[in-house]
Amino acid sequence: MGRVLMKGTEAIAEAAIQAGCKFFFGYPITPQNEIPEYMSAHLPEVGGTFVQAESEVAAIYMIMGGGATGHKVMTTSSSPGISLMSEGLTYMAGCEIPAVIVNVMRGGPGLGGILPSQADYLQATKGGGNGDYNLIVLAPSTLQEAVNLTQLAFELSQRYRNPVMMLADGFMGQMMEAVEIKPYTDKDIPDNTTWALGYMEERKGQKSALKSLYLSPEALEDHNINLQKKYALIKEREVRCESYLTEDAELVIAAYGTTARIAKTAIANLEKEGYKVGFIRPITLWPYPYEEFKKINENCKGILTVEMNSGQMLDDVKIAVEGKFPVYFYGRTGGMVPTPKEIMAKVKEIYGGEK
Amino acid sequence: MTVVFSKTRGLTDIPTHYCPGCTHGIVHRLVAECLEELGVLDNAIGVAPVGCSVLAYKYFNCDMQEAAHGRAPAVATGIKRVHPDKFVFTYQGDGDLASIGTAEIVHAAHRGEKISTIFINNAIYGMTGGQMAPTTLVGQKATTAPYGRSEEHCGRPLKVAEMLATIHGAQFVERVAVNNPANIRKAKAAIKKCFQAQIDRKGFGIVEVLSSCPTNWGYTPADALKWLEDNMIPYYPLGNLRTPEEVE
Repeated sequence: MGRVLMKGTEAIAEAAIQAGCKFFFGYPITPQNEIPEYMSAHLPEVGGTFVQAESEVAAIYMIMGGGATGHKVMTTSSSPGISLMSEGLTYMAGCEIPAVIVNVMRGGPGLGGILPSQADYLQATKGGGNGDYNLIVLAPSTLQEAVNLTQLAFELSQRYRNPVMMLADGFMGQMMEAVEIKPYTDKDIPDNTTWALGYMEERKGQKSALKSLYLSPEALEDHNINLQKKYALIKEREVRCESYLTEDAELVIAAYGTTARIAKTAIANLEKEGYKVGFIRPITLWPYPYEEFKKINENCKGILTVEMNSGQMLDDVKIAVEGKFPVYFYGRTGGMVPTPKEIMAKVKEIYGGEK
Repeated sequence: MTVVFSKTRGLTDIPTHYCPGCTHGIVHRLVAECLEELGVLDNAIGVAPVGCSVLAYKYFNCDMQEAAHGRAPAVATGIKRVHPDKFVFTYQGDGDLASIGTAEIVHAAHRGEKISTIFINNAIYGMTGGQMAPTTLVGQKATTAPYGRSEEHCGRPLKVAEMLATIHGAQFVERVAVNNPANIRKAKAAIKKCFQAQIDRKGFGIVEVLSSCPTNWGYTPADALKWLEDNMIPYYPLGNLRTPEEVE
């Protein structure tokens, strides 16, 4: 398959199939309906199965059951649907069941709207469900990256036996772009038959019981300690980030997803006007690229965070800069999008007026 | 000496946590015996609920997944769709299945999922300490219905077997009780037929088992069985509501 023009949702769906996902369980919600529609049409062609669940609650537990077999399973939804799935996410994290979840974010709170947003950053990276757990959270900013990260999501979920969420804003779902989707070969994937359901024969009669229930406090603490060791390993190995000019920037913009793309345009325009603005784009929102902010030169005026929400990444940026730089914010909400012009105006405001 | 009875291989050797006189143990044994006798034990994957049987994953000697409250049929759907050749069952109580999990059980039946469900109806929330269930009888006392369940206030108890029997995909539906040896034998026969329906890929199957909860009902084990017979069976009639032709 060469480069083809595709809508984001369909590119994500095809990327999943090319990564070996054969089982999809989902519930309709705008703006991501093309993914279940694509899966219902194309999974039967590869011997896979699509099931339309009765709710997002059921969908997440179907992928929990499917993921418990060690096979590659997926569901996709949008913000209110992800809220419903949050119970299942913590159960899967607690049972260490691999699965891929895509959130094509729309504006909230509540039913909100159906236009693009990044207002589920905190829900995805800091919890949503109960207990001490983490999802691996990936944020694409181009459709080619959405394709690549979808495929990586399956590999990471399998490698760490952990649910992985691709946090895509509505643009990543709804716009069209040229993409190349290739079959994906996983690297460093353990043998799932040692733990997954349905392989008692391979385990020579040894049963497997997958659970998140530990009634004894000692056992539950041990379980948590083990989970934290795994999360520490993921933090050590899997941080991904794009950045430039941080070493000599006068100001650094931190942004992810579509907003990062818009910020890049603003930075290019500002450069022509003589402003040296650097750029940090977290690709993994969890684990967060805190270290990347240490490369920022000490004469930098500060960090401007740009998001399609009310400032959900601000705390992570503040943690990353350890109080060394002031942290500014520009955001739009409700499906409104920051324009390059607005970002440029905010940068100039921080500079204290035109250069 | 001839061995006339031995514990089924379908149960592990772990002692159960169930209260004295609770009928979960009997139903566990029947399920495990049926799995073994039908030759599907080594091919079986069970899904445990939240409630008294939350620890069922320890007791059944096959692969087990512990589900969230009410979600066992959705988890079983995911497992069965990946492993269509495995035998997949859920084991759920009435708080789990008839209250928080109604959507999941109705739609597993509606899709005709080729799974089997054992549904324990003891007319109360056991694990959480005796609260009212959708299956609690009118007038029956519970910790959240201290004056007895009022029909005016919370309606009449839900008849799950009858409700599911209206759904085409539910190909095997039967209500049984485990209050005496004769009914226990009938319960085993029903569970076996229900399991056979899955083996024959007929569709969804459920056996509702009227069970006792001496602890939360406040009776001795023997009186609890008598209460079940006198109060539950008249409201929840025993019998088969649906059997696919070839299994008859």
